Amino acid sequence: MKILTAIKQVVGRDARLRINPEATWVVEEDLEFEINEPDAYALEAALSFKDRHGGEVVVVSVGPERVSRAIREALAKGADRGIHIETAGGAPLDSLQVATLLARVVADEAPDLVLTGLQSDDLGYGQTGVVLAELMGWPHATIIMEIELAAGGLRVKRELEGGWFQYVELPLPAVLTVQSGISKLRYATLMGIKRARTKEVKRIPAGELGPAPPPAVRIARIYAPPPAKQTQFLEGGAAEVAAKLVEKLRSEARVL
Amino acid sequence: MSVLAVLELGAGEWRRLSWETLAASQQLGAAMGLPVCAAAAGNGLKKPVAELTGKRLERVYAIEHELLATYTADGFTAALEGLIRRISPRYVLLPHTYQTRDFAPKLATRFGRVLVSDVVAWRLEDGRPVFVRQLFQGKLNADVCAAEGEPTFVSLQAGAFASAPVVEGSAKVEWVAPALEPALIRARPGEPFQESRRSVDLSAAERIVAVGRGIKEQQNLRIVEELAEALGAELAASRPVCDNGWLPMERQVGSSGQVVSPKLYVAVGISGAIQHVVGMKGARTIVAINKDREAPIFEVADYGIVGDLFEVVPALVAELRKSGS
Repeated sequence: MKILTAIKQVVGRDARLRINPEATWVVEEDLEFEINEPDAYALEAALSFKDRHGGEVVVVSVGPERVSRAIREALAKGADRGIHIETAGGAPLDSLQVATLLARVVADEAPDLVLTGLQSDDLGYGQTGVVLAELMGWPHATIIMEIELAAGGLRVKRELEGGWFQYVELPLPAVLTVQSGISKLRYATLMGIKRARTKEVKRIPAGELGPAPPPAVRIARIYAPPPAKQTQFLEGGAAEVAAKLVEKLRSEARVL
Repeated sequence: MSVLAVLELGAGEWRRLSWETLAASQQLGAAMGLPVCAAAAGNGLKKPVAELTGKRLERVYAIEHELLATYTADGFTAALEGLIRRISPRYVLLPHTYQTRDFAPKLATRFGRVLVSDVVAWRLEDGRPVFVRQLFQGKLNADVCAAEGEPTFVSLQAGAFASAPVVEGSAKVEWVAPALEPALIRARPGEPFQESRRSVDLSAAERIVAVGRGIKEQQNLRIVEELAEALGAELAASRPVCDNGWLPMERQVGSSGQVVSPKLYVAVGISGAIQHVVGMKGARTIVAINKDREAPIFEVADYGIVGDLFEVVPALVAELRKSGS
């Protein structure tokens, strides 16, 4: 089976964010980037499926030059080859624009299955996978925790709200969006890192994939969120703040 | 030309978020001078739809078909697409649930639109609504505008519009029978199930100590267990801790775990990603202990301690033991 995994590179979790002068995005210089966590789990699901059933794992990512590092990392973990859809960077594309670029590569690669994370940790629209499935005319299932082969396609475990789950059967080809925690993430081995250098990464300028749709949503302004509550910050050494907090909880909040 | 609220049922009853969506739709309709309609897809809608006839709505569209008895993305998308093409609403508002996340992006794509998802607020600017969303896991907010054209699809974050009451009035019901063929529905969903019977009901706890990524290793959990013990609290966690298998999934608070509203919630080493905050922001008093002053958890905290949890938590345990709480 041929599995295509779509990953996004996002700003690292602990990064200090600075808003750009136009207030339309963050300043990307000097920031650390990493593979979007749900996408890392999607890649893990693809690799573990290949471990069990064989096949090929192709990793694809849309973004500027820096994205090539995320693709190399995926190759070092065990993906067989990479496709980098190169964009200019700067203001992010919306879900429909990204899915349109991915759909053109998917049409060309004709995989049996596409996996991606359920949402990105930066924009958080949570819909690229579903939009891609619709553009391809393929079935999809979201928030997936397990993927097994079944007669006529796949049997997947889908997370519902509040601790509920369901199994869903669907024919192939299909798109799945993967939930974090589906299984433990593997690390790249030294051998894997060495092998990754020889693996093929195809670079396709986004412009060569045909006209992109115009933006369907636009970020007008970004800003620090107003606090929902007036937070009292307690200052001092550990023992001092502990004493202050216990006193506040007892006499002010009256919860002890 | 209308605002269309797409409502969701759970076990035959309107979900709480459906009422929030209805109230938000009425507010948007009033602000824009547009009539408000509601729609639901399913089979056996008679009883829940009767509840809507006493609300101030232009019309309630009850889309009934036996192929809609169980939710599928293919079935619900086709049913709603047909209605939306016919009545051409200007705005379509949905609750931001797992079900909406499964089909609404597909529905929006059929109209060449992108769902403005997980919206927490809106306001009018030059006569057009600007929607507020959270970015970077809640670290920043964004004002988002949909491109010219219709409809604009928007999903609403749980609790964000909870304060507005649904305006009473009356509504006419229109029954819609969509033309759906069995072959249209490609996925075969099984019955929902729970993994194991829950042994802890966090929603009933008066005090909760919750731990996040900041705890770093499983063996470090001991210090938060001691804090929970000293406070007489239940121990809970954010998703990454449960994903790592350090605590069972049933102790997870957030959109994919339990929603809690204790008197006291102590968040230890939790950054406060949206998915966690929606599960605990209803707590009466919230304490956050985190090394990063910029962590979004402080936005919902009553008391904040910026510091090393490995120093602060043991000091807190010592203080509580000393004072005999």
